[in-house]
Formats: sequence, C-alpha cells, structure tokens
Amino acid sequence: MKKTAFLIPLYVWTAVFVLFPLAIVVYYAFTRPGADGVVLSFESFARLSDPMYLGVLLKSFKVAIIATLICILCGYPVAYTLARSRSKYKLIIIILILLPMWMNFLLRTYSWLSILENTGLLNTILVKMGLPKVRFLYNEGAVILGTVYNYLPFMIMPIYLTLLKLDESLLEAAADLGANPVRAFLRVTLPFSIPGILSGVAMVFVPSVTTFVISQLMGGGKVPLIGDVIEQQFRVVNDWHFGSAISVIVMVIVLVFMYFINRGDVENNGNGGRILR
Amino acid sequence: MKKLSKAYLGLVLAFLYAPIVVLMVYSFNASKSRAVWQGFTFDWYKTLFANEAIMSSLYTTLLCGVLSALIATVIGSMAAYGLGKSRKASGGLVLSIAYIPMLNAEIVTGVSLMLLFTIMGLDLGFFTMLIAHITFGIPYVILTVLPKVRQIDWSLAAAAQDLGCTPWQSFWKIIFPELLPAIGTGFLLSLTMSIDDFIISFFTTGNGVSNLSITIYTMAKRGIKPEINALSTIMFTVIFVILIIANVGAVKREKDKKRSMRI
Repeated sequence: MKKTAFLIPLYVWTAVFVLFPLAIVVYYAFTRPGADGVVLSFESFARLSDPMYLGVLLKSFKVAIIATLICILCGYPVAYTLARSRSKYKLIIIILILLPMWMNFLLRTYSWLSILENTGLLNTILVKMGLPKVRFLYNEGAVILGTVYNYLPFMIMPIYLTLLKLDESLLEAAADLGANPVRAFLRVTLPFSIPGILSGVAMVFVPSVTTFVISQLMGGGKVPLIGDVIEQQFRVVNDWHFGSAISVIVMVIVLVFMYFINRGDVENNGNGGRILR
Repeated sequence: MKKLSKAYLGLVLAFLYAPIVVLMVYSFNASKSRAVWQGFTFDWYKTLFANEAIMSSLYTTLLCGVLSALIATVIGSMAAYGLGKSRKASGGLVLSIAYIPMLNAEIVTGVSLMLLFTIMGLDLGFFTMLIAHITFGIPYVILTVLPKVRQIDWSLAAAAQDLGCTPWQSFWKIIFPELLPAIGTGFLLSLTMSIDDFIISFFTTGNGVSNLSITIYTMAKRGIKPEINALSTIMFTVIFVILIIANVGAVKREKDKKRSMRI
C-alpha cells in the first residue's frame, strides 16, 4: 500500500463532515431567502450591528477574558508548585486535578447550584452564622465562576508540562549571577513557561467565549452570551441564515485568535532558545 | 513558604471537589429536594436501575462512545501513519485542516453538522450523533498517534524485510506493536471526549435519542433526579479506582525497572 492510501479515509471524512458543513454555514451566512429563491445578502451581518447583539458579543468576550485571566492567576501557582515538588503525593494530586473532567460537565456545573442557590449550602451556613443571605447566582460573577471551575484544569496542565522541562541549573545560574528569586522568576521561569500559558489560554478561551450551557445554568438566562444567541437561532427561532452569520463571526474570531497564539508560541520558543544560549 | 503552597493546593482542590462532594452526598439523601438532608438512604441506587430514561441514555452514551472511538481510532491511526511516514511539506496543511474539529468552537461544529444532516435529508438520531462523534474524535487520535509514528525507527522494519519478511509482515510484527500503546491512548481519549460531549450531541441528535448529557440537560430545567447523582457517584468511583490502579502500577513498574538496572 502506498503511504498516501492511508490518508484517503481522513481526506474523505474531512471533506464530507468538516469542510463541506462549514461551507454550508458560510453559504447560509451570506444569503437570504428572496422573492425568487435564495439571494446573496449581507443582511444577517448588518443585523449583528444591532446594539443588543453587539452587547452580547462584548459580554461574551468580557466573561471569557476575565475567566481566562483568573485561570492563569489561580492555575499558575498550582502548576509551579507541582512542577518543583518532589513529594510522593505529586502523582495523586495531578490525578485529583484531572479527575473532575471525567464527571459529566453539566452535572458538575449543576451541582454548584445546590451550593450557591438562595436556599443552598452556602446561604444556610451564612444564616446559621447570623449573617444575611447573599444572591450568588444568576449574574455575571456566577457565569465566570462556572467557567473558571470547568476549565481550570485545562490551564494547569499545559503550564505544568512546560515547567517540568525547565532546567533548574538555569535558576541556580541566575542566583549565582546575583538575581534574587523574584527576579529569577520574572526573567527565567516566566518567559520559559509562556508557551504553556498560551496553550492553556487557547484551551480555556475558545470554549469560554462560545459556551451556552454555563450561562444558562449559572446565569439562569439573565447573562446571555453569544453561544446562547446561536443556540436560539437554530433551536428556537429557526433562522439559519442569521445563526450561520454569527457562527461565521465566531469561527473568524477563533481562527484569528489561534493564529496569534501560534505565532506567539513560535516567537517565544525563539526567546527560550536565547535564554539557553 | 512550603506550608503556604500546600495550603494553596488544598484550597484549589477544595474548589474543584466542592460540587462533586455535594453531589455524592446528595446521592445518599433520603429527601428528593436538594435543600434538605433527611437521612441516609441507598434507595436512589436501587431505583436507578429501574429508571428507563437514565438507563437507555447510559446505553446510548456507551454505545456511541465505543463505536465512535473505534472508527475514529481506525481512521485517525491510518492518517497518522501516512502523515508520519511522508516528509512532504503539505503535511502541515493537511494537519491544520484535520485539527479543525478539535480547535473550532464546539457550537460551530455542532451547528454545521446539523445543517449538513438536515440538507441531506437525514433524520437526526443515533446515526447522525455517531457521525458527529467520529468527526471530533479523529483529531484526538491523530494528535496522540502521530508523535509515535515520527519516533519509529524505520531501519528495524527494513531489517525485518532483509531477513525475509514481506512488507505486510514487517508492518504487523514490527511497526504495529510499536504504535499500539499510542493507538490505545488515542482510543481512550476519543472515548472520553465522546462520553463527556454535550454541545455537539445537542445539535446532532433528535427523535428522542439522547445521551446522558442531554438527559441531564433536559432534567436540569425541571430538577435533577437523585438517581443521576447515584449514577455519577458510581461512574466517578469506578474511574477513580481505575486511574489509581493504572498509575500505581506504572509507578511500581518504573521502580522495579530502576532497581533491576542498579543490579
């Protein structure tokens, strides 16, 4: 068998079930049903400039960016501690960090409701302590919490795997040359770990910006995100043209985002090389 | 400093496990409501197996997971083999296109497949969901198998052929066993992705066929049945035990290896 023959199933499958469907989405995005058949139209994109939809788009970005930043800030110390630890419990802790991902993600998110709702665990504790109840759910903060909760392990793992490769003699050398630990961290460890941070950002940002489940459960429908709008167009309103237009926008955003992440990755690998030299 | 980082790790783990522990505790709660604790019971574990909606969606989830992972593993492993062997520059382009379902937003993949199936006149159901799951499983298999193909020492296969093996034999006796662990990992990864998937299944299934995620989603609007908590507790415990055994075994083998090397 020639080696290209091995690729035929992939080619066929990708053409029929990946590229062709995306072409259909693009087709619907740029057309409208007219008087005599379907006509080329930019109407769906024009509708997107409605302040309501722009607001939803901006909010999706805001929620995703904040959630990604929190994941970096909370996840980095975990990855750093684990990468430098020689404890015999290290493996168990890594398993424990990955394990929640095997529990159904809807269920994990839903479970937060029993902790945070008005009659939930946290409020019961607050009341017992004589404090007033707090409305935790159905706001932006709750959606961000749900997002961070679901994607935090995706940030910790790539940073951890990158930091494992850091040669500790580099840090010793930095110390020998007079750098204090903070300076050594900022000049050696942090630049070295940037590729890990970037893959983490790619793994957290894309699902966060397009989620519709977390916003429905934790936001109770009060914090609609761009994913909710797409879901509505296809499942409720049945406006495939408008739904496709939003999907095209999301696709372009993801592609541009991935392009910059990859470029940053390449540039920083060069940088890492410079440190080693 | 050491204590501080330990405390921090504990805090993060508490955050990750708080909802899971709550869910497990409620699976033993005699009350149907989430708000009150009415004593310990095993009832939900008993009624779970009689609950047809949950059992049939569990069956759908597992069947779709195993079938899609099998097919994705065959297509993905073949592709990884072909790509890893060739040194053509076009490999990069093929790979970026093959990775689209993994990198693209899930909702866009789901919507695009739903449009395809509807235009083709296919009824949404198990078959369409299976196709969708194969589609997003393939890139994960390529991702795990390709690096292994690139590490293969081709001179071993050449040597086997010098010693009288046919190319076919040298493939199955030398190359395939070398790739088998990676193929297994790829299978498990795509199986996991399939079992956990909600968004793509949501758009590509219909006619009453639903997997666990969709059943849970439907329930979430009316209130999750305690049986679901019981099922999740069982599944979680099983996976936890498997992971611990697998990893403890791996660590032990590593230690034995080191010990024998010292001797």
